[in-house]
Amino acid sequence: MESDSNKIIDEVTRGDYKYGFVTEIETEFAPIGLCEDTIRYISDKKREPGFMLEFRLKAYRHWLTMKQPDWAHLSIDPINFQDIIFYAAPKKKKDLSSLDEVDPELLATFNKLGISLDEQKKLSGVAVDAVIDSVSVKTTFTETLAKYGIIFCSFSEAVQNHPDLVKQYMGSVVPYTDNYFAALNSAVFSDGSFCFIPKGVHCPVELSTYFRINAANTGQFERTLIVAEEGAYVSYMEGCTAPQRDENQLHAAIVEIVAMKDASVKYSTVQNWYPGDKNGVGGIYNFVTKRGICKGSNSKISWTQVETGSAITWKYPSCILMGDNSVGEFYSVAVTNNQQQADTGTKMMHLGKNTKSTIVSKGISAGKSQNSYRGLVRVSKNATNSRNYSQCDSLLLGSLCGAHTWPYIQVENKSSIVEHEATTSKISEDQLFYCQQRGIDMESAIGLIVNGYAKEVLRQLPMEFAVEAQKLLSISLEGSVG
Amino acid sequence: MVQLFSRHRQQIVSCDTPGMSTLRDQALESFLKLGFPNTKMEAWRQTDLTECLARGYDYPVERMPEEDTQKVFRCNIPHLDTAIIGQLNGWYVSKDVPLMELGNGIIMGSLAEAKKKYPELVEQYYGTVADSTSEAFTALNTAFAQDGVFIYVPDNVQSPKPVQLINVIQHDENLFLQSRNLIVVGKNARLSLVHCDDSYNHQASFSNIVSEIVIGDNAFMDHYKLQNLNNSSTLITTTCFRLGAAASLESHYLSLNGGLLRNNIRLHFNGPHGIANIYGIYLMDGKQHIDNQVFIDHAHPHCTSNEMFKGILDEHARGVFNGHVLVRKDAIKTDARQSNRNILLTDTAKVNSKPFLEIYNDDVKCSHGSTTGQLDNEAMFYLRQRGIGEDSARMLLMFAFADEVVGKIAIPQLRQRIEDMIKKRLQGELQICEACVLHCSTPEQPVEFYIDLSKI
Repeated sequence: MESDSNKIIDEVTRGDYKYGFVTEIETEFAPIGLCEDTIRYISDKKREPGFMLEFRLKAYRHWLTMKQPDWAHLSIDPINFQDIIFYAAPKKKKDLSSLDEVDPELLATFNKLGISLDEQKKLSGVAVDAVIDSVSVKTTFTETLAKYGIIFCSFSEAVQNHPDLVKQYMGSVVPYTDNYFAALNSAVFSDGSFCFIPKGVHCPVELSTYFRINAANTGQFERTLIVAEEGAYVSYMEGCTAPQRDENQLHAAIVEIVAMKDASVKYSTVQNWYPGDKNGVGGIYNFVTKRGICKGSNSKISWTQVETGSAITWKYPSCILMGDNSVGEFYSVAVTNNQQQADTGTKMMHLGKNTKSTIVSKGISAGKSQNSYRGLVRVSKNATNSRNYSQCDSLLLGSLCGAHTWPYIQVENKSSIVEHEATTSKISEDQLFYCQQRGIDMESAIGLIVNGYAKEVLRQLPMEFAVEAQKLLSISLEGSVG
Repeated sequence: MVQLFSRHRQQIVSCDTPGMSTLRDQALESFLKLGFPNTKMEAWRQTDLTECLARGYDYPVERMPEEDTQKVFRCNIPHLDTAIIGQLNGWYVSKDVPLMELGNGIIMGSLAEAKKKYPELVEQYYGTVADSTSEAFTALNTAFAQDGVFIYVPDNVQSPKPVQLINVIQHDENLFLQSRNLIVVGKNARLSLVHCDDSYNHQASFSNIVSEIVIGDNAFMDHYKLQNLNNSSTLITTTCFRLGAAASLESHYLSLNGGLLRNNIRLHFNGPHGIANIYGIYLMDGKQHIDNQVFIDHAHPHCTSNEMFKGILDEHARGVFNGHVLVRKDAIKTDARQSNRNILLTDTAKVNSKPFLEIYNDDVKCSHGSTTGQLDNEAMFYLRQRGIGEDSARMLLMFAFADEVVGKIAIPQLRQRIEDMIKKRLQGELQICEACVLHCSTPEQPVEFYIDLSKI
């Protein structure tokens, strides 16, 4: 059985990253390296108002004073920020008014990824914003959504058309001083998605952004801002892929969510950046700051993530539960294989009364990968009657990988209840035996067990994503060890 | 510190073998590099020593005159038959017999004396378990500690009765103490050790106690650490265990009082099939602070470890638990459990809990759990419904919560005694009084709950 499982691991390990192609699109770049001029170049290129440039420069100057954090359980090759192109955009000939004018190469790219930007997508009722390299290429459905008063557009459009909203909310959840990568992003971010749901509106379709790094030597720095006003509801999805390259590429993103009174935001991610080959050559460095604030009472923010890609993942989607009775949720499946490293988890900051949070994290590590859960649950003195339940399980496949759990729990009042439990184990031999005994081969049995193990999280995903996530999970892991 | 060291060097190293004084110099060097820990360090983030260190302390380098030992050590546990050895302000109380050699080969007594008398035996183990290079307090202790307790149980010998080690602090000045213990349990041997840290008056003190405990193959050790100190005392204990193949350890940390308590527990499995159970209970109130740091190194296969720490925190007390289980690559079939449960009684008490698992191997069973909350309302209702007053019901529930840990005590008399002490402690009656640390005016009479049994 041992040799069997080794064979299977080998097969899985050799499994190709199917999104590794490169599209030949005419692209324009910013000069290589980072200095104030680069930032002025980006800002100028995007014809931004003065406050944006000011914000960027402030962030850049702050970034210069900071050091790259080293507390995570990751070994990161030093990043040379002067070797990165901070802005790359598919060359635009003119403003696009309809889908027909989008570069056919681009459309083909997205079709290849299984995200068609064209009309047939209407049938599935998903509004898509596609971001390639640094720039949002096309947002579908904008007009339909506008009828409801919903603004869903690229970040640059929002800066042009709704500067007040951007000014009010940008940096209010993740200030540029927050951390090293947030400061970097604030200085050089190129585009992203902006989403505003007005008071009382239940967004009728799922909103989705698809990120794609295409050009070589570039970093991708996008910024997403979601604002849900009183009583609003939105479900938002995010997916990402990148071509297969030998060098490491940097991705440092920020996602900010603001949920007002009675609002509810559901954010789902399927992250599948190129993870590098089986020797750990290449792959994306994924440093993401995601944070939501439940500002009003009875608001709710729910994060669901399926992390399968990236050479290095450093990501802690968090909730600040400020309003009374607000709810934060975090569901995560993180899969690492080969030489991948993931240090991911969440922060739940209970500030308001009767706030509740749930954390379900499932780590799966195979090959020689290291998978860490790092989470903080903090109940402040005034957050009376708060409740947290955390569960983080790790599944180990193969004897060379590692799984680590670092929960931090801080409670400062007597009426709150915080519970945390975690287990680490390999796939149970009994379960495998049970399946095999019933004629299910080893590989399918493992697929079955892993899928069952992750089910709790996967079923939180919107339908469209759940299918993709399940497929991804089976590509990454189907049939690992017994 | 350095001046102090160089001034008294002659005196400090007087009992050392040459190897040991080199160790001292190295340790002093690493301490100077490390400095006193501060809250910027991950391991000390929740425990701030600034206030404790700011108090002025005396650094005694000379043995102090022995007080009337009968007076100091008069608190004993009824019906508990133990071999009592005492330490006063970190010095072994010899009663003119600095080193006892029992018929069966057991050696028990002053470490300073043992260094002189059995240099080879001591040198074989001394400084091999505790890490003086990266831990500041261990380094400081290695550099300065002069005396402590040495217990040696030879192979195949079972210590006939539990050894009770009472460490009392009594001085009219604020003291900064360094004491070092070395306990060796040979192959197939057995030892039961009750280690009490008590203070005698309300004078501030800072104790830095390092104990190295080596447990041989197939040996068994039952270890109790009882801490009952005054509110101005700071106690940093570092206990490093090394377990041989198929050795087993039962360790109990019972912390009832103390200004700032920090227990560093380091356990290293040095062979396969070892078993370690570490239990802890802490009952803190006022501004007391307790910090338990448990590190378990599963370096060999088929070892089992189980940690259970429970605490009740009242008033402004603060409880910190940091568990770290490291399962190395080759440690297959490891079974490791961590659990930390806390009850907060007020809104000003605080809990920080960090049960951490670091695993580099797939053939393991590891779990951890942490809960923080309050007494179960339903259980409370159930008791009150049956005519039990609110206070008594609360006591009963808290006692039951603590009893999960206390119930693991294997010496019946000691268990009875601790149960009584915990009852007293929960009723706020266990105080550090002038006459006696373990205030026990009527030791024979156990404390009762005020429950009218006829109503049940």
